[in-house]
Amino acid sequence: MSAAPIELPRWADTALVPLVSVAAALAVSGLVVIGIGESPLEATALLLRGALGSAEGIGFTLYYTTNFIFTGLAVAVAFHAGLFNIGGEGQATIAGIFAALACLWLAPLPGLLLVPLAILAAAAGGALYGFIPGWLQATRGSHVVITTIMFNFLAATLTVYLLVEVIGKPGSMQPETPEFAAHAVLTPMHKLLAPLGITLPSTPLNSAFLLALAALVAVWALIFRSRLGYAIRTVGANPRAAAYAGISPARITMVAMAISGALAGGLAVNEVMGVQHRLLLDFTAGYGFVGIAVALMGRGHPVGVALAALLFGVLYQGGAELSFDKPSITRDMVVVIGGVIILFAGALDGLFRRAVAVLLRPGRAA
Amino acid sequence: MDAIATFAVVLDSAIRLSVPLLCAAMAGLWSERAGVVDIGLEGKMLVAAFAAAVIAAQSGSAWAGLGAGILASVMLSLVHGFAAITWRGNQIVSGVAINMLAAGLTVILGNAWFGQGGRTPTLEGAARFGEITLPFAQTLREQVPGFGLIYDEVVSGQSAPAYLALLAVVLTAMVLKRTRFGLRLRAVGENPAAVDTAGISVAGLRYGAVIICGVLCGLGGTYLAVSQSAGFLPHMTAGKGFIALAAVIFANWRPWPALWACLLFGGLDAVAIRLQGVALPGIGQVPVQAIQALPYLMTVILLAGFIGRSTPPKAAGLPYVKER
Repeated sequence: MSAAPIELPRWADTALVPLVSVAAALAVSGLVVIGIGESPLEATALLLRGALGSAEGIGFTLYYTTNFIFTGLAVAVAFHAGLFNIGGEGQATIAGIFAALACLWLAPLPGLLLVPLAILAAAAGGALYGFIPGWLQATRGSHVVITTIMFNFLAATLTVYLLVEVIGKPGSMQPETPEFAAHAVLTPMHKLLAPLGITLPSTPLNSAFLLALAALVAVWALIFRSRLGYAIRTVGANPRAAAYAGISPARITMVAMAISGALAGGLAVNEVMGVQHRLLLDFTAGYGFVGIAVALMGRGHPVGVALAALLFGVLYQGGAELSFDKPSITRDMVVVIGGVIILFAGALDGLFRRAVAVLLRPGRAA
Repeated sequence: MDAIATFAVVLDSAIRLSVPLLCAAMAGLWSERAGVVDIGLEGKMLVAAFAAAVIAAQSGSAWAGLGAGILASVMLSLVHGFAAITWRGNQIVSGVAINMLAAGLTVILGNAWFGQGGRTPTLEGAARFGEITLPFAQTLREQVPGFGLIYDEVVSGQSAPAYLALLAVVLTAMVLKRTRFGLRLRAVGENPAAVDTAGISVAGLRYGAVIICGVLCGLGGTYLAVSQSAGFLPHMTAGKGFIALAAVIFANWRPWPALWACLLFGGLDAVAIRLQGVALPGIGQVPVQAIQALPYLMTVILLAGFIGRSTPPKAAGLPYVKER
């Protein structure tokens, strides 16, 4: 099993290999559906209709997509620096705490000032919580992967403590903060577009979606068109060469992790400020981990991340509708699909590259 | 006497809480000592807990459950091995995938098969591992003050998987240190090229380690569902796989210190449960979350080299490529 790296044309490498691995992942998930005694074709039809069959469905799909764009970009930026940030959950959690505190404490401010400040607070919270593991790796040599795992749990326990003992809503049995003031939240899309004569059904889709699109463009410009992005990619490709070129891998590690954490904070902006309007326990709901699948599928490129995020948006919304019609297929199906995609697109990449090589040049397997 | 009784009860629950950690920690130790990083311990334990509960419920035999749990966990281990060893994929990515897969699959299948929100039926009688009373427990308790009580509460009265877990520690320490297989396995984690030059299969040894890892995770998961609880609950591992990972780091990838680390973490958990709502003299009420966060916090501090140093196996996480 010591084949040389498999050479593929660029289009096959960037598009065909991910497509094949996603197709394989969906096929495996189809087997699970068969395993619980349902028809995968019927399930797929229900899923697509639920996600894309109505304006309301599309609204929900894009709301989920917003989450995955943020977490996918977060993982992607760290990837470019050769870092594996699996702390998206924790970073988003801390970002949620920062956003909630800003929304609650700065409530006297007018909305025009308060909302941007709260968004900045979320980004700062995420950035800080990403920066610390980056700093620990750069200066103390502790691996980012292990530290971010531990940080996910620390963030979760901290939230429980804060919501139960400190900032929880008095008298509430639920661990949650009081609801934010009406001017401290993001505008839902149907209200935002109503003055333009566009009527949409009421969905959780809110202006954070526009922020996510802006983040896509910003990350593209950062990674592929800026000096810092060049430094990040150089460190990711070869830290020693980067050091010879006068780029400090330690500094880039910290900066990339901070940017990554700030992007993960976008999840908190969408969920806490855009939809829930209060801080809840476990609002991250595993979106941070799905971000890994999104980034792997999208090959770390913002266009790929956008497409992968949309796919997962469809799966989440369609999965929710599907579980209404078929109670035996719960929404956890999406978690399974995410897991298989991470396995195929990330860890078993070599297998699928070889498969594609065989496909392209039959008889001359690499 | 009262203080000893309290101590014995806390120690007993500390041991009960540390058994799954112990299994997972030994599992992680085997895998990482052979150079395969495994953050999928959590997922494997979860799948094992589910499979064990399902089969124990169907067959009415806890031992059949243990077999099923180990089998399920080894299958997942082989998936990890296939990705990490044969295809030289990213081991962290593979571990994350296994955790997600396990979390989703157990709930879906449980829900589809039993329709109880992912739970399995409650296990009773022979479908659960009962407590094994060691010889002389009662006599010693009555006749030897102090020690007799601790012997009866703590040493005796654990279930079969708990004793197996302790046996696993002894075996791990012995095999890794004193056998040819253990030596080669450790070498594969430090310098696979040297092992390869000696004509020993790197992949073979790593697969061996990964399978042992699967067996031990299977034992830990089974203990959770079939001994500690009476059935499977969704997400019942609740981060134990990651705490075990922390224990392995804490113990510097050595078996005996890993045992103490697991007992310490289990003890913290037991104390946290006991301190709930109790005010300590001079300190006041300690937030339970602060104690629960300690293992994670200590691991971060240890990894950063602020207390002692942690030295992972040199080749851990690196796929072996012959031509390098």
